[in-house]
Amino acid sequence: MTSNPTASFTLPRRDLLGIEGLSPQEIIGLLDLAEEFVLLNRQVEKKRATLRGRTQINLFFEASTRTQASFEIAGKRLGADVMNMSVSTSSVKKGETLIDTAATLNAMHPDVLIVRHSASGAVELLARKVDCAVVNAGDGAHEHPTQALLDALTIRRNKGRIEGLTVAICGDITHSRVARSNMLLLQALGAQVRVIAPPTLLPKDIDRFGVTVYGDMREGLADVDIVMMLRLQRERMNGSYVPSVKEYFHFWGLDEAKLRYARPDALVMHPGPMNRGVEIDSAVADGAQSLIREQVEMGVAVRMAVLDALSRNLPNA
Amino acid sequence: MHEPRPAPHPTLLAKARILDPSRDLDIHGDILVADGVIKDIAPNLADGLPPDTEIVDCRRLVAVPGLVDMRAFIGEPGAEHRETLASASQAAAAGGVTTIICQPDTDPVIDDPAIVDFILRRARDTAIVHVHPMAALTKGLEGREMTEIGLLGAAGAVAFTDGTRSIGSAQVLRRALTYGRDFGALIVHHTQDASLAGEGVMNEGELASRLGLAGLSKAAETIVFERDVRLAAITGGRYHAASLTCADSLDVLRRAKDAGIDVTASASINHLTLNERDVVGYRTFFKLTPPLRAEDDRVALVEAVAEGLIDIIVSDHNPQDVEVKRLPFSEAAFGAVGLETMLAAGLRLVTAGALDLMTLIRAMSTRPAERLGLPAGTLRPGARADIALLALDEAWILDPLTLKSRCRNTPFDEARFEGRVVRTLVAGRTVYEYV
Repeated sequence: MTSNPTASFTLPRRDLLGIEGLSPQEIIGLLDLAEEFVLLNRQVEKKRATLRGRTQINLFFEASTRTQASFEIAGKRLGADVMNMSVSTSSVKKGETLIDTAATLNAMHPDVLIVRHSASGAVELLARKVDCAVVNAGDGAHEHPTQALLDALTIRRNKGRIEGLTVAICGDITHSRVARSNMLLLQALGAQVRVIAPPTLLPKDIDRFGVTVYGDMREGLADVDIVMMLRLQRERMNGSYVPSVKEYFHFWGLDEAKLRYARPDALVMHPGPMNRGVEIDSAVADGAQSLIREQVEMGVAVRMAVLDALSRNLPNA
Repeated sequence: MHEPRPAPHPTLLAKARILDPSRDLDIHGDILVADGVIKDIAPNLADGLPPDTEIVDCRRLVAVPGLVDMRAFIGEPGAEHRETLASASQAAAAGGVTTIICQPDTDPVIDDPAIVDFILRRARDTAIVHVHPMAALTKGLEGREMTEIGLLGAAGAVAFTDGTRSIGSAQVLRRALTYGRDFGALIVHHTQDASLAGEGVMNEGELASRLGLAGLSKAAETIVFERDVRLAAITGGRYHAASLTCADSLDVLRRAKDAGIDVTASASINHLTLNERDVVGYRTFFKLTPPLRAEDDRVALVEAVAEGLIDIIVSDHNPQDVEVKRLPFSEAAFGAVGLETMLAAGLRLVTAGALDLMTLIRAMSTRPAERLGLPAGTLRPGARADIALLALDEAWILDPLTLKSRCRNTPFDEARFEGRVVRTLVAGRTVYEYV
């Protein structure tokens, strides 16, 4: 293993709990750092020693194979000892139990905790109770900062910029942490953000987020540079929020016909896993305008950048 | 949408009193109908007519826009023994109704675009008036999951309702109002709290106590309506109360309209012309949902129609066969037929001086067409020639055996009326003529 000669960016904070509170300079610093890890990850020798001797615990109260694997690879490539802990939410529903978990973990002296939880704010609560760095890997409908960073990196690499682009975020905005983090990040870097959704899936007063709101896909997609689709959870499909999969796909699913309303060079994104035939048509998901696989690659690089940047604040770093 | 074939030749409705609420027009003159539309209206159009024009002498008759009945329960599909689209359309034509809005509580329920399509095709093939379905608001009318409002609307559903079922869950109604908003969907709701209604079969009060029948309180209506108005306000959805019956609900409606909330309401012709005392004798033809109320509520309803607070009058046509009506009052089915008698019963209010004819026709034709966005309810030149001709001074007694509906459960059994429909035109074609 070799040391990292180029990366020099430091986040002036212990934790990464959300995009909210990050300055544009900090976001750009993380993206620049991630670019270096993209190059590293494409080499045969992918390892750095940044986190050698450090312990990273992935604490997932909610199942997520992709994100967990992405953080695991990121930590291992930076030389950390990575341990995965999956905790059933049913046994830790109460705040006291979460704090008990934190105290137990704290006694094991980890250096970095990667936390996902189904309750908004749970990660922040945990962060207050432990001594190590905490990265939010998704808390409820609140934030998913590394997803927004990887989306931004993917956009920047393909469009050369973020400022001045028009990005449409489509689907279940109400329950989406991905949407919230992206709205904050993209606007911080000067993009115009639109949200497109049935009104039952739009949070109250969403227009106060500085975004433009559309109910109609064709209107909302007109002349956009980026179409960002969101996953529709199964429990929203059965008439409680939208009448049916068939109706949702007809009006809000991204197919080639609707995509034609966007700019000819528009690019399509999705945080995965996709419901093909629900929010996105296979022809679009696998088509030439799709960046969905590239997003996964950028995910590892961005998480390495976050871990790297935070590691500089760790005690004895 | 299906358009009935226009008449093969032009028709001149000569020397009629022409009453068109869409323009506040009340004049004497001629109406020339050709190619299914109203070509011209003027004091005298007799000169220069095409040679094959049929001339109808309309002296002593009033020409009004064909009625649009927003609430008719029809058994097809699933209960054709009660009513079919064909028989309902015959009854409608005899009552001056040129557009029927059928309700979704059929079997299967109209909660799928394919069933909307079936109704429209079936109506095209068998009905002599225009038929538009309302689709179910929730799947299977179960009050839990909303239907495909967008696809159903695209298939031809003109509004969304659970018929005589009231939605208990405020959250379900809220989401439906919210979701339907961007589609411009009109949500029509039967305002009756099921837990308060309980086993009630007639208006709660002294009379019910005397008759030993379980009462159904006005509060069951007003509480749900008040809730619905608040949901309409916070969602911005389009809301219509299917059938209001009492003064307390009118207070809620007035406040809602004053506040600019997109709320409208209907009253049924039964609640405007009958009251709870008609139930005396346990006559099941007067067992209706919501139940007939006290006289002061009836008077308040009529006044609300007169001032335009109640927007729409409906027939609440609900055919029930003898099997379910010839039973003890508490066990009998709710509902009465009404398509053929709606106008005649309404004319009682005009004769009594409680309503003017313009207001009556507006509430039975122009307003429902406007609220549903249908091309009807007007005699404007260029409009589709859906016209009813009325003889206001003709006295008659209703013989239930002459009813065209498949069921004869009418509360106006052997009632005396003054004024009747003598001819009905749908897209210029005469579909009913009284001889």
